Amino acid sequence: MDEIVRFENVGLRYGAGTETLADLNFTLYPGSFYFLTGASGAGKTSLLKLLYLSQRPSRGVIRLFGEDAVTMPRERLPGFRRRIGVVFQDFRLVPHLSAFDNIALPLRVAGVREKDLETPVAEMLDWVGLGDRASARPATLSGGEQQRVAIARAVIGRPEILVADEPTGNVDPDMAIRLLQLFEALNTLGTTIVVATHDIHLLSKIPGAQMMRLEKGMLADPTGSLRHPPLPKDQQQ
Amino acid sequence: MLKFFVIPGHDRRLIPEGRLSGPMPWVIAIMIFLTVLATAAGLAMTHAMGDVSDELSSRATVQIVEANPGIRGRQAAAAAKQLRTLPIIEEVRLLPSDEIEALIEPWLGGQDLADDIPLPALIDLKLVRVATEAEYQSLRSALRSIAPSARVEPSSGYIAPVISLVRSFQWIAFGLVGLLALATGAAVIISARSALNTHTETIAVVHLLGGTDAQISRLFQRRIALDALLGGLLGLAGGSGIIWLISTQLTALDSGLVQSVGLNWWSWLIIAAIPILGMFLAMVTAKLTVIGALKKIL
Repeated sequence: MDEIVRFENVGLRYGAGTETLADLNFTLYPGSFYFLTGASGAGKTSLLKLLYLSQRPSRGVIRLFGEDAVTMPRERLPGFRRRIGVVFQDFRLVPHLSAFDNIALPLRVAGVREKDLETPVAEMLDWVGLGDRASARPATLSGGEQQRVAIARAVIGRPEILVADEPTGNVDPDMAIRLLQLFEALNTLGTTIVVATHDIHLLSKIPGAQMMRLEKGMLADPTGSLRHPPLPKDQQQ
Repeated sequence: MLKFFVIPGHDRRLIPEGRLSGPMPWVIAIMIFLTVLATAAGLAMTHAMGDVSDELSSRATVQIVEANPGIRGRQAAAAAKQLRTLPIIEEVRLLPSDEIEALIEPWLGGQDLADDIPLPALIDLKLVRVATEAEYQSLRSALRSIAPSARVEPSSGYIAPVISLVRSFQWIAFGLVGLLALATGAAVIISARSALNTHTETIAVVHLLGGTDAQISRLFQRRIALDALLGGLLGLAGGSGIIWLISTQLTALDSGLVQSVGLNWWSWLIIAAIPILGMFLAMVTAKLTVIGALKKIL
């Protein structure tokens, strides 16, 4: 199977401090589902930043869609970013835009014509259960609603990789399950999913998912071999 | 071209700011107002200098300084006759004595002046072109045998210090235009940076969603260009009003030199183009500032 992401000896250091991430070696494959776990401060968000090209590593090689993302010229980054959907931990919705406009943003950035984006955005709003909140601004939405807008914005452009940082952190358990099902549905359509979470209960909800665990900036298994999360007790032999 | 200025509704919402809401259009209006005045002054002086210089550079005066009025009259008539035969002379006019007296009356009074002071005979020459010093020398030589006391003086000599002064003012005016352009650019840089700071989070999100530097800078460029155009038109209106007032007052003075301090149609065309030039200056400055700032982030 062709790889979609490969990290080789990747390290990340902010300023002159110690390395936030060190010696990361792993490969992600298209159409797979990955959980990234670890305690708060383990470096999950930093790793995701490297994945969605918000940060360049201090050392090592990152290959993304078969190309070297570390030495890639800055001008080429936007094209690659459009292939990656991101759900930020703090949502990062544009506060003065409505839910509709926030979700439509990736399509507008990609140059989709106005008449061509109304239907998919409306469908996406319905999909995340916010069909009646299209014109609401983020400040008037609850935390869970904001999170769903953020997820809808991340997936509207049908990205090849979806990166989600604690996507269920602000929603009730039922909504968390619904969101995971949404990710799973996307995954079955071929999108590679990487979900960072410290909620170990979620891990068993996607049986086919693989897990990466970060401890103090390093993968728990430094060889990069990923393992499947433990099965729910009722499914264990 | 016009399409550039039509900001789609969603883009307007992305970087929201009301028209004339910030200081930027007003700063630009003041800058353009001052630029219009400085440009008008510079152009008016160029115009005046050109007119006066063209008029006087090809003129000369022959003075015949002879105490005996009879000899002076004969020498003057002979000199005028001789001068009319020279190819470089276009027009010869022997000034009548009453006209000479009128010329010096403001300084010496008009009471039987010719009886008390031996006034020189004056011959006003209009040359076919601006003569060289060698040609003036040959003029003097031609007159020496007819009127030994004749002095040939190019009119440009009288006006040279005035032209030099006007040229200095002209350079000062155009220097001011340059300084105002720099100040406008600086104001745009400050405004663009401030707008970037205000919208840092939005820009970061658009970037991470795959927005290019060009897409983001275009939003700011259009906004600043519209602010600059709006401010520029206000400044032009104010500046043009002042120029019109001043030109009305100059016309009322009815003085020859002052009359030539006017603006022709192409000067007005240049002045009318100032807001457009200001807008392009603001656009280019905004683009360079925003692109420069965006390049600092990944």
